[in-house]
Amino acid sequence: MTVIVPARLDDALATLAEDPALTVLAGGTDLMVELNYGHRRPLGVLSLRRLPEMRAWHVERSAAGHDEVVLGAGVTYTSLLGDELAGLLPSLAQAARTVGSPQIRNTGTVGGNLGTASPAGDTLPVLVALDATVELASAAGRRRMPVSAFLVGPKRNALRPGELIVTVRVPVAAGPREFLKIGVRNAMVIAVASCALAIDRERRTLACALGAVGPVPIRDHDTERWATTRLDWDASGPPHPSVVEGFGRRMAAASRPIDDHRATAAYRRHAVEVMARRALQRAWGQGRAA
Amino acid sequence: MTRIRGTRVVDATYDLTVNGQTRQVTGAHAGDSLLHVLRDRLGLPGAKNACEQGECGSCSVLVDGVLVCACLELAEAAVGCAITTVEGLAPAGAEPGDAALAGDVLTDVQQAMVEAGGVQCGFCTPGFVVAIHDLLAREPQPAPLDVREALAGNLCRCTGYGRILTAVEQVVAVRSGDGGGP
Amino acid sequence: MTDLQSRPVRGGPAGGRVGDSPIRPDGTPKVQGRFAFSSDLHAEGMLWGRTLRSPHPHARITGLDVGPALAIAGVACVVTAADVPGAATYGLISADQPVFAGDLVRYVGEPVAAVAADHPDTARQALDAIAVSYEPLPPLTDPEAAPGAEPIHPDGNVIRRIEMVHGDPSVRGDVVVEGEYEVGMQDQAFLGPESGLAVPDGEGGVDLWVATQWLHEDRDQVAACLGLPPERVRLHLGGVGGAFGGREDVSMQVHACLLALAAGRPVKMSYLRDESFLGHVHRHPARMRYRHHATWQGDLVRVDAEIVLDGGAYASSSSAVVANAARFACGPYRVPHALIDAVCVRTNNPPCGAMRGFGAVQVCFAHESQMDRLAARLGIDPVELRLRNALGPGDVLPTGQAITGTAPVAECIRAAAAHPLPPPAGDGLLERPGGAGRTDDPGRTRRGVGFAVGYKNLLYSEGFDDTSEARVRLEDGVATVACAVAEVGQGFVTIATQIARTLLGCDAVVLEPPDTLSVGSAGSSSASRQTWMSGGAVERACRLVADQVRSALARRLDVAPEALSLTDDGRLVGPGIHVGVAEAAGARVFEASAVHRHRPTTPLDERGQGTPDVSFVFAAHRAVVDVDPDLGLVRVVQIATGQDVGRVLHPAQVTGQIEGGIAQGVGLAVMEEIVVDDGLVRNPSFTDYLIPTVADAPDVLATCIEQPEPDAPFGAKGVGEPPTISSTAAVAAAIRAATGVDVTRVPVRPWDLV
Repeated sequence: MTVIVPARLDDALATLAEDPALTVLAGGTDLMVELNYGHRRPLGVLSLRRLPEMRAWHVERSAAGHDEVVLGAGVTYTSLLGDELAGLLPSLAQAARTVGSPQIRNTGTVGGNLGTASPAGDTLPVLVALDATVELASAAGRRRMPVSAFLVGPKRNALRPGELIVTVRVPVAAGPREFLKIGVRNAMVIAVASCALAIDRERRTLACALGAVGPVPIRDHDTERWATTRLDWDASGPPHPSVVEGFGRRMAAASRPIDDHRATAAYRRHAVEVMARRALQRAWGQGRAA
Repeated sequence: MTRIRGTRVVDATYDLTVNGQTRQVTGAHAGDSLLHVLRDRLGLPGAKNACEQGECGSCSVLVDGVLVCACLELAEAAVGCAITTVEGLAPAGAEPGDAALAGDVLTDVQQAMVEAGGVQCGFCTPGFVVAIHDLLAREPQPAPLDVREALAGNLCRCTGYGRILTAVEQVVAVRSGDGGGP
Repeated sequence: MTDLQSRPVRGGPAGGRVGDSPIRPDGTPKVQGRFAFSSDLHAEGMLWGRTLRSPHPHARITGLDVGPALAIAGVACVVTAADVPGAATYGLISADQPVFAGDLVRYVGEPVAAVAADHPDTARQALDAIAVSYEPLPPLTDPEAAPGAEPIHPDGNVIRRIEMVHGDPSVRGDVVVEGEYEVGMQDQAFLGPESGLAVPDGEGGVDLWVATQWLHEDRDQVAACLGLPPERVRLHLGGVGGAFGGREDVSMQVHACLLALAAGRPVKMSYLRDESFLGHVHRHPARMRYRHHATWQGDLVRVDAEIVLDGGAYASSSSAVVANAARFACGPYRVPHALIDAVCVRTNNPPCGAMRGFGAVQVCFAHESQMDRLAARLGIDPVELRLRNALGPGDVLPTGQAITGTAPVAECIRAAAAHPLPPPAGDGLLERPGGAGRTDDPGRTRRGVGFAVGYKNLLYSEGFDDTSEARVRLEDGVATVACAVAEVGQGFVTIATQIARTLLGCDAVVLEPPDTLSVGSAGSSSASRQTWMSGGAVERACRLVADQVRSALARRLDVAPEALSLTDDGRLVGPGIHVGVAEAAGARVFEASAVHRHRPTTPLDERGQGTPDVSFVFAAHRAVVDVDPDLGLVRVVQIATGQDVGRVLHPAQVTGQIEGGIAQGVGLAVMEEIVVDDGLVRNPSFTDYLIPTVADAPDVLATCIEQPEPDAPFGAKGVGEPPTISSTAAVAAAIRAATGVDVTRVPVRPWDLV
């Protein structure tokens, strides 16, 4: 097995173009487990450790005129928890806080979470709810796509041979955001179900994505429209109970959970209903301080 | 394969910087984790192999000053990084690799762990020692819940954690000048 | 009574006598990472061993070709059943378990072959290359169907059945409550993997360094399988990374020795975590049906219990576990009449055996659930009901045995109940159910308090002649102790030094590395027996040495030995004489060996009656939980306990045992279960077999009840198991109180509550 550690992104892309079969190593929190247990024996590994642009982030104004955070694919969960980033992307920070342990958070990356594309990936429902986009680069050029299109199926993504995830663009919070995750233990637990919610007060929209209850994060645009039209954007005070309950029921109906050794499908569906209600109530309650 | 300018290609002989010293690694299998290389090539068995999946923290080390699981680091990808293991933790005033470390000189964290009864079988202990040192370097006076969150990646099956938390309290108290203990 | 919370539990410096909290002698190397665990061992020219395991729970092996593995460069040898020169099977009680499967595999993970190669990855590739063909057979996975099903082993599907008839089982009470309860399969999940290093001696014998709980028992089993006399097989204790019962059975010992002898080179084996989950026994899952009869006033009249333990494919220590379940099925209460039917069956599920609490844990969940049911039915406070019926010294147990030692059950209950309740949870995420997942709605959180009491035997039972041997040598003020105790983390090494310092008045104590060569068996590190049995052996040997010193001093002073008296704290006192034993010994060498035995016990007769036990130990737990009733998520806030300890020999270590045992009890209550589906283990990893992290650990308030046990050395009872017995039941009771849900199964899962 060869290990290649390029110092520049262009070199990494050129290497990958020459040998698209190389296995890409970002933080290693997924790949190394497979190597340690002999589940994978790659012939070559391309380590992204030395690429400085992967760990960087900055804020940009998008073409549509909104601020977005451009995260390098190598930004770690710990970085997402830093004060500045957490202020810009609070629900992504909330998700990052639930990932693994401090050791895992120091190592694991947003790009890795996308690359692995696990149905239970903690940042993924947040990115989908926020209409984040990924930027993919190869020696031939760059392209972008919504994260929702990038995640194709359980552990399957839209990367083409020779491509690397280089950035993830996430709109800066224009309103309250929430992330809830169910796990049986207080730390280091794979999500049984999760729920990411974002409210945009300017545009008067609501977005909600569910994690770990389908092959990819689930959004239900019908339900989002339903909720948006029924929420009283002008009034102060909590949303009407019928809206909250209806929202919860509809999101539960949109989920497609399975039975597995971690939980039953019925419980997951029920948990989604509770989380969606609580997320809405909490998010609606934030920023209501008048 | 063409060697790209500026790209390092690593074969089975390479140098790692561990505890302030340059150590040559020979005959390692490509794909070995840093944990395996430390334990089986470099004679540093302090980092432990309780799970090799990143789920227990028994292999905790510092790489460029950051707390990570050595089992999740590809050894060859750690070339050029400064690696610190439990064997290299220095009591205050000493440098990693000091001769004083061979022998019974303990850091305050190590001393507190033993005195508070935080060591039973000891398999999780090196990982906890490294993680506690990391925590207190970043947060000298952490709130109790912050301590729990910071150490949530280190499993212990023997102690139930009570004596370990007491050890951390004792170190914090002494370092902040509160004397610590009756 | 000792309240550990009010006495600062702070370890002292090195040194220290019985009653102090000296630091443990192996503490310094452990915190430095220099302590050699069995998985850290290396030898020049060492090979790595790995085991090929069955993927099927039940199958016939129709073909086995190791040729392709041998063809791989770096592979030194491969061994199978055909290569076992001695006994083909081994086992703790009956030798029913094959070293390697012959024509049948009976559980997922059963060893089929082993290889030795120059790198663990080469060894793994060699395993992949071995060609095994299996003809899968239908697995027997329902324990209740096992007795009537086709035998899956020549010894049959019933490992042991115990029928216990106490008093007159036709007597009825005013009130009857019934329930069915289930306990899932818990795993010991010790952190140090199964591991060891076998080194052939070049003359057909072998040395094995291994992490185990009983060196001499392992040695006997390994020697039998290797077809060697015991003296050719020498076992040395490698550092043990926890045990909790999971290392009582042989795992890699025979395999490593076979490989080392075949290759002529040292062979190291160290299991990865997924293999570890398959490579050792687990706690028996249990299904229990209970009926409690009581008077209107709340006096227990009769208990009926039907208990089925799933022993999995091989017997291990199942016959002792089921006997424990039967003996302790009624709980620590006066029960005049009882009918207990306890059976352990064989299935194609993973083999089960010893785990801390050993059968008492399972029945405690059932009998304490029943006591709460009864309390509710009678309108009596649950704690009052327990106090009313609590056992005391002299009471007769359902085996017909009377308690001759201490039995401070009421004191334990009152002590646990007396601790202050915790304040409501604060705002910190980690204090609330759901933790960092932020699911909690504070307005919905419900708090519940639950109570439970449990007990079990100390030491071995049913007529087993258990012993421990120690040798003590005193020279130049240094006491050297040789005792083959397997230190697994429990702190026997500290106790041994405290005993020697106390009785010999010296500071310096050296512990010989435990092995099978230099001293006889110390018995198993299990059954909460080592402080009593091996502490007792060390005590005896020290007293013999002290007596030798007394005689020598008397001769030197030209007085009768009776003129000098030995104090219990290591001094010789007489007319004009007041000197420590070690000081009096000077440069002369004094040495003595001693064997400690407990008083005889008897087997159970066909009605489950007899005098099977030496001593009993009791503990009560009170649990406080916060529950999110909509999501079924639980935060265990506090556990308070009163534990019967006899005498506290080392306060910090006792606290550690209590806190550690409670954590395991909490784990069984809310998160730990080996999930088995049709004989397949679904979660053999720490990703999905969840043990409590520091973020899950409750606050623990502990009171030790010190009533010295008459027969026990220093009056001390073992402390390791009691914390695990009723802590699970207390948490389950607290969850019931918080939610109103009739919890009848542990671990409690979120979907059980919503």
